[in-house]
Amino acid sequence: MMAFYFSRLVEIFPFFLTGLWMTTKVAFISLITCTLIGFILGMIRASNNVLLKRLVGIYVAFARGTPFVVQIFIVFFIFPEWGLQLEAFPAALLAMAIMGSAFVCEIVASGINSIPKGQWESAASSGLSKMQQLRLVILPQSMKVIVPPLVGQYVLLIKDTSVVSVIGVMELTRVGWVTVVRIPEGLMVFALVGVLYFSISYPLILLSNYLERRMAI
Amino acid sequence: MLDNFNFRIIFEYLPLFLNGLKFTFLISLVALFLALITGIIACACRISSIKVLKYPVIAYIEIIRSTPLLVQIYFLYFGLPTLGIRVPEIQTGIIALMLNSGAYIAEIIRAGINSVDQGQIEAGLSSGLNYVQRMRFIILPQALGVTVPPLLGQAIVLVKDTSLLSLISVVELTRSGQTMTSERFMPSEAFLTVAFFYMCIYFCLKALADWSQRKLIFREAY
Repeated sequence: MMAFYFSRLVEIFPFFLTGLWMTTKVAFISLITCTLIGFILGMIRASNNVLLKRLVGIYVAFARGTPFVVQIFIVFFIFPEWGLQLEAFPAALLAMAIMGSAFVCEIVASGINSIPKGQWESAASSGLSKMQQLRLVILPQSMKVIVPPLVGQYVLLIKDTSVVSVIGVMELTRVGWVTVVRIPEGLMVFALVGVLYFSISYPLILLSNYLERRMAI
Repeated sequence: MLDNFNFRIIFEYLPLFLNGLKFTFLISLVALFLALITGIIACACRISSIKVLKYPVIAYIEIIRSTPLLVQIYFLYFGLPTLGIRVPEIQTGIIALMLNSGAYIAEIIRAGINSVDQGQIEAGLSSGLNYVQRMRFIILPQALGVTVPPLLGQAIVLVKDTSLLSLISVVELTRSGQTMTSERFMPSEAFLTVAFFYMCIYFCLKALADWSQRKLIFREAY
């Protein structure tokens, strides 16, 4: 029986590849949006504007304090009540952006805060504007602190894309879930799904380890 | 936005939510306890020099870290029955959480142990302490201070991860939100309440983590 299911699984393998492609797509788009939004929010969070800082703080607390599944349900089921009806795929991207940018924001903010005050002051006394201080002096230095955990966070984000299967996005986990109904070999099907995830995220883990060693003071 | 938000229905369903909250607590506590044990054992194997122990544990940690928790849960949920093992969903879920968090905790503890300065170990060696004594009196007391804040961070992650068990129909907080949605179709009441409860747990654990970061012990080791 095992061999029979195995040959079925080999037959159905292209289906898994479409799932892998979908996972890659969701992951890639959301990594970019999360990085962009996260950097902007992180700069706000490390700034001196008390009101904006508080607002971002509340957002980050919400995004980090609730599970991703709940956030997806909120985006997919509650946003329509508030007038934002989305298909599964854009809803998944939006939920990923909401969750991921909060984590990136915290990493960026702590990176910026790790730079000694003297750097700001000396940049200011060189006549740079606030934006130039941040862009030319502070950010390049804080990259050393930001990049290694950021890559680690990317791995977590890629893994979190598996959760968007709950609203029916046909990505890798969902493909496994659909397949296991027809090929009742849970171990085999989800081992395959796991191997495919491994093939995307393990290189990033190695990169993260490498960067951590490389950028260590 | 929330002009027809119905608080009455939340109070009507409050027992359901509290029951869910209770199970979220129970599952988290049991899974955290088991994960700590798994993590300590895995870490002990990981840093040992016995290859038969070391390499399987490295494989275990890397596999867990590079696959999503949801896939691990499904792997056990759909996989265990094909091996002829039939356990209730809640136990499957706890095993998955235990294996998942255990790998992360092993890495956290290892980072703590590695953070202890080499000179400390040499000092222990030259004082004539053996391996167990060095661990007991020199390395672990110092490593513990570094380990506790990230361990609490992992506890936060674990509590949030229990929400994934709702997908294999374990009754917990997220599941009670789903139940209410399917009975009344009031997703905003249901999921915002669920989110509120998770936020409460998060803030408690976060306060504890921040406190431990500020207060905790053995700072002078640096």
